[in-house]
Amino acid sequence: MTGPTLQLRGVHKAYGDNAVLRGVSLDIDEHEVVALIGPSGCGKSTLLRCIDLLEPIDAGTIVFDDDDISWPGFDVNSARRNIGIVFQSFNLFPHRSVMDNITLAPRKVLGAGRSDAEAQAMELLNRFGLADKAGDYPDRLSGGQQQRVAIVRALAMQPKIMLFDEITSALDPELVGEVLNVIRGLKEGGMTMVLATHEMAFAREIATRVAFLDGGEVAELGPPEQVLSQPQQERTRRFLRRVTEAGRL
Amino acid sequence: MTTTSDAVPVYDPARLQAISARRRRNTAVSAVSTVLVLGALVLLVVTSPGWPAVRESFFNGFYARDVLPNILAGLRLTVILFVTAEPVILVVALFLAVVRGLSAPIFTPLRYLAIAYADVVRGIPTILLILMFGFGIPALNLQGLPDSPLFWAWFALVVSYSAYVSEVLRAGLESVHPSQRAAARALGLNQYQSLRYVVVPQAVRRVTPPLLNDFIALQKDTALIAVIGAGIEMTRAAQIYAFDAFNYTPFVVAACFYILLTVPLSRWADWMAARQRRRSAAAGGVL
Repeated sequence: MTGPTLQLRGVHKAYGDNAVLRGVSLDIDEHEVVALIGPSGCGKSTLLRCIDLLEPIDAGTIVFDDDDISWPGFDVNSARRNIGIVFQSFNLFPHRSVMDNITLAPRKVLGAGRSDAEAQAMELLNRFGLADKAGDYPDRLSGGQQQRVAIVRALAMQPKIMLFDEITSALDPELVGEVLNVIRGLKEGGMTMVLATHEMAFAREIATRVAFLDGGEVAELGPPEQVLSQPQQERTRRFLRRVTEAGRL
Repeated sequence: MTTTSDAVPVYDPARLQAISARRRRNTAVSAVSTVLVLGALVLLVVTSPGWPAVRESFFNGFYARDVLPNILAGLRLTVILFVTAEPVILVVALFLAVVRGLSAPIFTPLRYLAIAYADVVRGIPTILLILMFGFGIPALNLQGLPDSPLFWAWFALVVSYSAYVSEVLRAGLESVHPSQRAAARALGLNQYQSLRYVVVPQAVRRVTPPLLNDFIALQKDTALIAVIGAGIEMTRAAQIYAFDAFNYTPFVVAACFYILLTVPLSRWADWMAARQRRRSAAAGGVL
C-alpha cells in the first residue's frame, strides 16, 4: 500500500434537492484518528454512510487501499469486509444473543467455523469486559453495554478502518465513559478511525486531526489544538461558541 | 416537613382486611351476574315456542351419537388437509413476500408477477378457486399431473391462502427497521444473507399472531372442499348424513369439532400476542 488508507475526493451526495455533501475531500492515513465535528445536518453521518457504501455517492471518488470502491458495480460486500461501522442507535440484532450477534458475519461472510468464531469473539468480549454477557440478548443490556457489543461485532470482522457515527449520542451521560474507553483502547492498538462526534473534549484528546464540516464541505481541517482552540474560520468559531454555551466543551 | 423512610413496610390490619373484603365482593358480583345472565338466556331459548322443533332438528341425541363415527372419520381428512397445506403456504407466501421487496433489476418480472398474483388471487372468492381447480383441472386429463379433484381442491386452498399470508409476511418484513438491514450489510453480509439471518427471523416473529389467525381461518375453510364432493372431510361427512336423515344435528356435531380444533390455536395466538406486547414493553417498545 502506497498512499493514504482512505482518500475522499470531491464527494457529493444529495437527497433530491437537498445537497448534503458538496465536494468533501479528505485523506486518512493508516493509524490516524480523524474526528468529524460540525452542526447537526452538516453531513457527518451521511459521509460515514457513504464511505461504507450504504449510500451511493453522486460525484467524486472514495479510494480505499488503492481501489475506487465508489465506482458503480464495485463489489460492495468485499469493500465492507475491511470497513467497520458503528451506529448511533447500536442496531444490534434483537433476536440473536450477544455471541451470535458477533459471530454471524465472521461465520457467514468469512466462512469461519463456529468454534473459531466463538473463540475470537470471547477474546474480544474479555478484552472489553463483556465476557459474562455472551449469552444474553441485547434487550438485557444497558445502552453502554449494547454499544460496546456493537463495537466488538464490527471488530470481529478485523476491519482495517473503523467508522463511528456519534456512538455516544444515544447514551445516558454516565454510560458515555465506558464507550469512550473502548475507543481509547483501539487507538492504543493503532486502529485507523474516523469518528463523528459531539464530544469536543474527547475529540481533542483522541484525534490526530479534526475536520470541521459545515454546509456539506470540510470547512477547516487540522490538529485538534488548532481547530478547537485557534480556529481560522469564522464559522468554526461560531460553531464552537455555540457548543461552549451549551456546556459541551 | 419531616419525611420518614422506612425500609420495612408497616401493614395496617384493618387496611388489609378492607382490601380482601373488597376482593371477595368483586368475585361474588361477577359470579352472580354471570349465572343470572346465562340463566336468563337459557330460559329465554328453552321456553320459546319454537324450541322443541329446533331441539329435534339441531340437538338430537340419537343422530348425534349415530353420526359420530362418520364425523371422526372426516376429522382425519380435515386435519391432514390443513396440516399438509400450512407448510406449503408458508413457503410460497414467504417467497412471494421476499420477491416483492427485491429491488435488483433482474427481479423486476418476478416482482410484478408476485404483485399480480396477490391482487388477482385475493380478488377471487376461495370457493370459486376450489370449483375451478377441483372440477376444471382433473377434467383436462393433463399428462403428468394428478387427476384427483381432492388434490386440486387442496391446491386451490394453497393458492388462495398463500396470497393472504404473503401480505401478512410482507407487512412483517416492512416493519423491520431499515437500520437492521443496514447493520447487516455493513458487516459484509450480502442481500440474501441479510434477509435470511437478520430480517426474516424478526419479521416472522412479529407477525406470528396474525399468521396464526390466518391458519385458524384455513382450518375452517377446508370445509369448502365439500362443495365439489371430493374426499369425505368433516363437513362433507355431516352433509351426507344430514341430507339422508333430514336432520341438522350432524352439522352441529361437526361445528363442535371445528371449534375444538380452532380454540387451542386461538388461545395460543392470543398468548403469543400478549407475550410479544410484554417483550416490546420491556424493551421500551423498540422490538
